[in-house]
Amino acid sequence: MVASLLSVAPSGIPEPFLRAESTAGKFFLMFFAVAFFAAVFGLVLFLASLLKGKRGEQGQGMLFAAPAVLLLAVGLLYPAVLTIIQSLRGKSGDGAFSFENYSAMFSQPELLTVLRNTALWVILVPFLATAIGLLYAILIDRARGEAFAKALIFLPMAISMVGASIIWKFVYQYKQTERPQIGLLNQLFKLVGLETQQFLLEAPLNTLMLIIVMVWIQAGFAMTVLSAAIKAIPDDIIEAARLDGVSGFRMFRYITLPSIRAAVVVVLTTIGIGTLKVFDIVRTMTGGQFDTSVVANEFYNQSFRYNAPGLGAALAVLLFVLVIPIVAYNIVQMRKEA
Amino acid sequence: MSTLQPAATPESMIDDAVPPSSGKAKKTATGDAARAVSSRWASLVAIIIAVLWTTPTVGLLVTSFRTQRDINSSGWWTAFGNPGAFTLENYREALEPGATSSFSQYFINTVVITIPAVLLPIFLASLAAYAFAWMPFPGRDALFVAVFALQIVPLQIALIPLLDMYTNKLGFGASYWSVWLSHTIFALPLATFLIHNFMRELPGELMEAARVDGAGHVTIFFKILLPLLTPALAAFGIFQFLWVWNDLLVSLVFLGGTPDVAPVTVRVAELAGTRGNAWYLLSAGAFISMIVPVVVFLSLQRFFVRGLLAGGLKG
Repeated sequence: MVASLLSVAPSGIPEPFLRAESTAGKFFLMFFAVAFFAAVFGLVLFLASLLKGKRGEQGQGMLFAAPAVLLLAVGLLYPAVLTIIQSLRGKSGDGAFSFENYSAMFSQPELLTVLRNTALWVILVPFLATAIGLLYAILIDRARGEAFAKALIFLPMAISMVGASIIWKFVYQYKQTERPQIGLLNQLFKLVGLETQQFLLEAPLNTLMLIIVMVWIQAGFAMTVLSAAIKAIPDDIIEAARLDGVSGFRMFRYITLPSIRAAVVVVLTTIGIGTLKVFDIVRTMTGGQFDTSVVANEFYNQSFRYNAPGLGAALAVLLFVLVIPIVAYNIVQMRKEA
Repeated sequence: MSTLQPAATPESMIDDAVPPSSGKAKKTATGDAARAVSSRWASLVAIIIAVLWTTPTVGLLVTSFRTQRDINSSGWWTAFGNPGAFTLENYREALEPGATSSFSQYFINTVVITIPAVLLPIFLASLAAYAFAWMPFPGRDALFVAVFALQIVPLQIALIPLLDMYTNKLGFGASYWSVWLSHTIFALPLATFLIHNFMRELPGELMEAARVDGAGHVTIFFKILLPLLTPALAAFGIFQFLWVWNDLLVSLVFLGGTPDVAPVTVRVAELAGTRGNAWYLLSAGAFISMIVPVVVFLSLQRFFVRGLLAGGLKG
């Protein structure tokens, strides 16, 4: 204990303020951190209150913005630039300038599989989740127990993707056909007389099985946003259409869908961006083995497991580049709507 | 600016707490009959979706209350035939302090990580948002657009250089400080943007009047703005809470898997890789990690939905 009190990290921070093993120590650290940052907050305010006059006013503004802006510059912008540089310096990230990592991404078979899987995810998840969410939102609109019905579908959004992966891994659990099944899906296969399957081992089926988990999570998000949009359609439009004899599918096609177009685009793109960065599900369910890896997971593996930080950096840059067109599309669509 | 427009005004989101407007359709006898038939089909499809969506969770929940032997020898759906066999043993083992298979340490780590990682960005972002909204200074607008634009940067792009900074320059290594700081940094663009938009909507006369009375920015910030900001802070706070509580990547990169610091998510993910068939532990562990966000969800549903909508693009 004494030794740990005396030991000091390279930066000069005493150990007890850095790490703790006991529960009390951990909570002490937590309160210390909050107090420390509250003190910084107070100091900024105090310094600001000292500045007077017209110049002082401007100084106050800069002072208020400074902590956030500095943290972003040092902790996000600067690291991003370093990552881009690293991606251009070979597999190890510290060699000579080259496009090696980027050409590897589009030529190595394993990495091409990663790109193919990512494309599958980004195409399937947003459309399936949005379609199911929209269908459900329409079906339960104004129904009795709507709030409860919504909560059921929305609940997967609240839990971690790790938790969701465990839930589904159990659904997919494999036992030989003759033996009693413990995975629900294989039990159903057995009931209808099919051989049980190793759902997470056989490519490309396994990628589809992982995609189902993400759809399961995201449908609730789509449902919530679209349900709000449907409720915002003015009553008189629907009433007028109904008087003209429009109902059922035609009502959906010609009245509902055009009215909520903007919301649908937002939902599709938002889920698309989230899906592009999906990591937890792949990592927890297969670790990216058996041809299931996606860009965000491959980034982690290359950087931290295969000792190829340069390639990892290139994959991170790819992720960034892929996000941009989706955001751009979103902006263009919103402009059109406005 | 428009990508995040739905997020921009949390107040404008129609929230679930509003009861569906009633008495919409003028009913006719034939329309009624047609609607009754179609609504029966609609209910059926809705129920099928709801069952599909809840069954997997129910399955694991039931499993977490079965003995290790039962779990591996029969399906969870058979458990209802023998209700006496349910047990709390898995949870006892998963929560027992000191045991190697225990999650209790990891659970504490999750709490210790989450609370500062929610509070810090709120402190910093509300200060910055106030400056961007109500305090003119040179370069302010350009700076705000830059902060706004940073929302689209995936956090992956910053991870490795940040890790290098923490270990080699700051000496944090695998300590809570690295995750607290990282979560704060990654949250700042969204938090600043959200709170700024909310502040812009407050009437400027409020600030003017206070200034005429001789109040400084500090007084205005605390006495006038903070109380008005509560809904925006709650929406962001809950979004950030869930984000951090459920996070895997950031903790995995900066903390690794040591029981000293690693959160439950990291532990559960690791167990899934190394002891993939230890369902008695995995199921209990998964539900231990889920219980807090689910309770938050059920009790704060309104803010929760707003927060999630607002933060849809983050990450």
